Amino acid sequence: MSWTTILLVAIGAYGFKAVGLLGLGDRNLPAAAERVLALVPAALLAALVAVDTFSSGRSLVLDARAAGVAAGGTAALLRAPFPVVVAVAALVAAAIRQLVG
Amino acid sequence: MLGAAVGVFGVAFGVLATTSGLSVAQACAMSVLVFTGASQFLAVRVVADGGVSAAAIAGALLLAARNGVYGMAMSRVVRGSRWRRMIAAQLVIDESTAMAAAQDDPAARERAFWATGLAVFVFWNAGTVVGAVLGRGIGDPTALGLDAAFPAGFVALLLPHLRTRPGRMAAGIGGTAALALVPFVPAGVPILVASLATLVGLRRPT
Repeated sequence: MSWTTILLVAIGAYGFKAVGLLGLGDRNLPAAAERVLALVPAALLAALVAVDTFSSGRSLVLDARAAGVAAGGTAALLRAPFPVVVAVAALVAAAIRQLVG
Repeated sequence: MLGAAVGVFGVAFGVLATTSGLSVAQACAMSVLVFTGASQFLAVRVVADGGVSAAAIAGALLLAARNGVYGMAMSRVVRGSRWRRMIAAQLVIDESTAMAAAQDDPAARERAFWATGLAVFVFWNAGTVVGAVLGRGIGDPTALGLDAAFPAGFVALLLPHLRTRPGRMAAGIGGTAALALVPFVPAGVPILVASLATLVGLRRPT
């Protein structure tokens, strides 16, 4: 990643925070805009999970990652703490690679 | 308690950043300057997947936009000089906003905002340094299953957003659309197009 990318993300991220805190003051966004913004993490995180789990470059693949993410996701559903979720996923994926590869 | 949890996320970010090709200095600079976790994770993943910088920047800023909404809520909470408010702006994130909003009187809200924001800032950055240095020592991230660990971590972050029906719809449409586009468009673009799934929020809740 280039330093330019990092700086542009930093400036943009601070810009949103500062405009909200200092700029818009006591005004409110339209309710529909607030509802749309509230859904950004759901849409983007789901897309990130799907792409990171089932794709490699420009091809769709099904490999050890899917099993690892399924195991970690199950742990998360069972309210396991974050480090456990991550460790379970890594262990399952690594174990399957050892067995198969 | 919250600080320790944030520290763990910081370690995860540091490891992800350096195993995705960032230098330790870049990982640490991101955590200090950007200081909004989801955007940092997204930018690093998009670049690691071979995505163009523009897609990484646009995706990160889409996720950062909600801090603008938090900022509006906190503009009634944080008082004092313009300088003080400009520093406070960097601390406007999920945790500080939520903790401040949970308090009953204005003075407690402002105290909670600063205490939470500063604690998260310290732990997030300390965690990043540790993770970045650890990550540099990892030769092959796939042998350790780290390529499965990160999407699983994102699942943990995603689950709270699935409690509402619009949240489930946005996630379902976003995830499916992104995967369907992978073979046809450059890396990073599927994630951006998935953001259109937020438009389900235009419908009035019934």
